[in-house]
Amino acid sequence: MSERGARVIVPGTAHGEVLVLDEPLSFWGGLDAETGLIIDQRHPQVGRSVSGRIVFMTVGRGSSSASSVLAEAIRLGTAPAGLVMQEADEIVALGAIVADEIYGKAVPIVVVAAASYAAQKAFKSAKIELDGSIIQT
Amino acid sequence: MDLVLTTHEQAMLDGTHGAGCQLAMRIVARTASVMGATSLRPISGAHIDSCLYHGQSGIDFAKRLVDGGAQVAVPTTLNVSSLDLLHPELYRGDAATGTAARSLMTLYEELGCSPTWTCAPYQLDDRPSFGDHVAWAESNAIVFANSVLGARTHRYGDFIDIAAAVTGRVPDAGLHTDEGRYGQVLVDLSEVRSDLLALDVAYPLIGHVVGGLVGTDIPVIVGLPANTSEDRLKALGAATASAGTVALFHAVGSTPEAPTVEAAFGGRVPERAVHISTTDLRDARDVLSTRLDGFLSAISLGTPHYSVAEFGELLRVLDGRAVADGFRAYVSTGRDVLTELNLRGWTAQLEHAGIQIVTDTCTYITPIIESPNADKSASLIMTDSAKWAYYAPGNLGVDVVFGSLGDCVESAVAGDLMRDEQDWADV
Repeated sequence: MSERGARVIVPGTAHGEVLVLDEPLSFWGGLDAETGLIIDQRHPQVGRSVSGRIVFMTVGRGSSSASSVLAEAIRLGTAPAGLVMQEADEIVALGAIVADEIYGKAVPIVVVAAASYAAQKAFKSAKIELDGSIIQT
Repeated sequence: MDLVLTTHEQAMLDGTHGAGCQLAMRIVARTASVMGATSLRPISGAHIDSCLYHGQSGIDFAKRLVDGGAQVAVPTTLNVSSLDLLHPELYRGDAATGTAARSLMTLYEELGCSPTWTCAPYQLDDRPSFGDHVAWAESNAIVFANSVLGARTHRYGDFIDIAAAVTGRVPDAGLHTDEGRYGQVLVDLSEVRSDLLALDVAYPLIGHVVGGLVGTDIPVIVGLPANTSEDRLKALGAATASAGTVALFHAVGSTPEAPTVEAAFGGRVPERAVHISTTDLRDARDVLSTRLDGFLSAISLGTPHYSVAEFGELLRVLDGRAVADGFRAYVSTGRDVLTELNLRGWTAQLEHAGIQIVTDTCTYITPIIESPNADKSASLIMTDSAKWAYYAPGNLGVDVVFGSLGDCVESAVAGDLMRDEQDWADV
C-alpha cells in the first residue's frame, strides 16, 4: 500500500459526518446496536452515536462478538455509514461482509496509511468512494 | 495477489455442495482477501462464538446455512450462549429474548456442532495439540489456544468461525504462519515484586496492563515464574484480549514457542520494550474497580469458565464456611467441568456453602445476577476476573470492584466488602 493509497476491505460508498474514536472500541460491550450509542464507560467517546457517521478507528479491539454487533447494527440501521482504519481487522470486517451477504447492505471499510488517516480524520464530513478514496465534503 | 483455490474449494464456492456451503465459502474467501491470503489451508477443528445471541441478524445468518444444507466438516465446539440450560430458572431476562437465544442455539446444533457451551474449550478432554491448525473464536480461547497450547488459530470472530467449520478451511495467513507468530514487543516484569508473582491475583492484572500496552502486537513476557500454571496463563491471556487485541503472547519459560527470548522473537530484535512495575499492577487493580465503597451485593467468579483446579482452590479458601444470608455468590463454568465436580462430590459442598454454579453462559452477558437491592444502578459486585471487571459495567449497568479470590470469598462470607490491602502495602 502506498503512503497515499487506500485498501478496500469492504467495498461500498458512504457519506457522513466524521467521528474520530480516540481509542479502539470493542463493538461488543462497547456499542449498543439498538441505539448506535457507545456504551463502554471507559471509552473517551462514551455516549456518542456512531450512526450514519464515517467512523475513524485505528484498529479493532476486544471481543470476537464484535462481528455480530456490527452486523446487527447494520440490520437495524444504527451502524456507522463507513469505517476508516489503519490496520485491517477481520472481526470488524466480518460484520460488514455478512450484512452485505445477508441483507445486501454495504458499509464500506477502508484501510489507509497513518499519514492519510491523520489528515482525513480532521475532515468535518467525508465521502468514501467505491475505489476506497476518501474525500472531504 | 489473488486467492488460488483447489478444485474442491472452487466447487464449494460454485455451489456444488449446496447453498449453505457456498455462503460459508464466500465468507472464507472474502476473509482471505481481507487477510491478504493467496491460499486456504485445512483445519482440524473449530470453536464457534456465533451461537451467542446478539439479535435477529445472527438467526438470519445461521438459518441461511441450515436451510442451505450446511454441516460442519470438522469437530466443532460451541461457546457460551445467553441461557443456562441446566439451571434455566436463573435466567431473568425477557422471555422473547430467551426464546430467540434458544432457537439460535438449536440452529448451531443442527449444523452438527457439539453442545459444549463453554468459553474455555481448552478445558475439554479433547483439545488441540501443538501445531494443529484450528478456527477458534472467543477472544480468551484464541489467546489460550495460540499461546498455551501452541495450536494455530487466527483471531476469528463470529460468522467466519462457522464458515471455516463448514468448509474445513481457513485463510493461510496471519497466526497460521510461522512469520505471523514471532514476538514483537518485549514485556519485562523484573520490576514487579516477586512475592506478588506468587499470588493468583497478579495474573489478570498483568494481562490487563500488557493488553493496554501492546494493543495488536505480540508480546514476549519475561520474568514470569517458570512453568506458570495454565489457570494463571488463562487469566492473564483473557485480560490481554479484553484490554487489548492480543491473540498470542509468549511467556518465556512457560509457553511452548518461547523456550528462550531469542526463539520467541524468531531471532529478531524486538520492535520495542516495555517495563511493568508493581505500581502498574496496583493502578490496574484501581482502574478495574468503578467503586470502592458501599453495599456489596454479590461476587462473580469464573470468567473465563472456572476449571476443576480453580473450584478446588475455591473450596480450600472457603474452608467449610458459607456465604452470608442474602448475599449472592456465582461461579460460571462449563457443563463438562460440572460433571467432574459431581463425580468428586464437590457440587454438593459448593451448594451447601451457598455458591450458585452457572453453566453454559456467563454472568456478564445475560441477566442472571440477583441484586438484593432493587435499584440496579446501585449494585456493587466483586470479581477476581479482569475481563469481567472490564465488560460488566457496560453490559449490566453495575459497579464493579476487583479483588483476589481471597477478597471475594471473605466478602461473600462476611456479606460485606472486604479487600485485603496487605499485599499492596508500600506500593
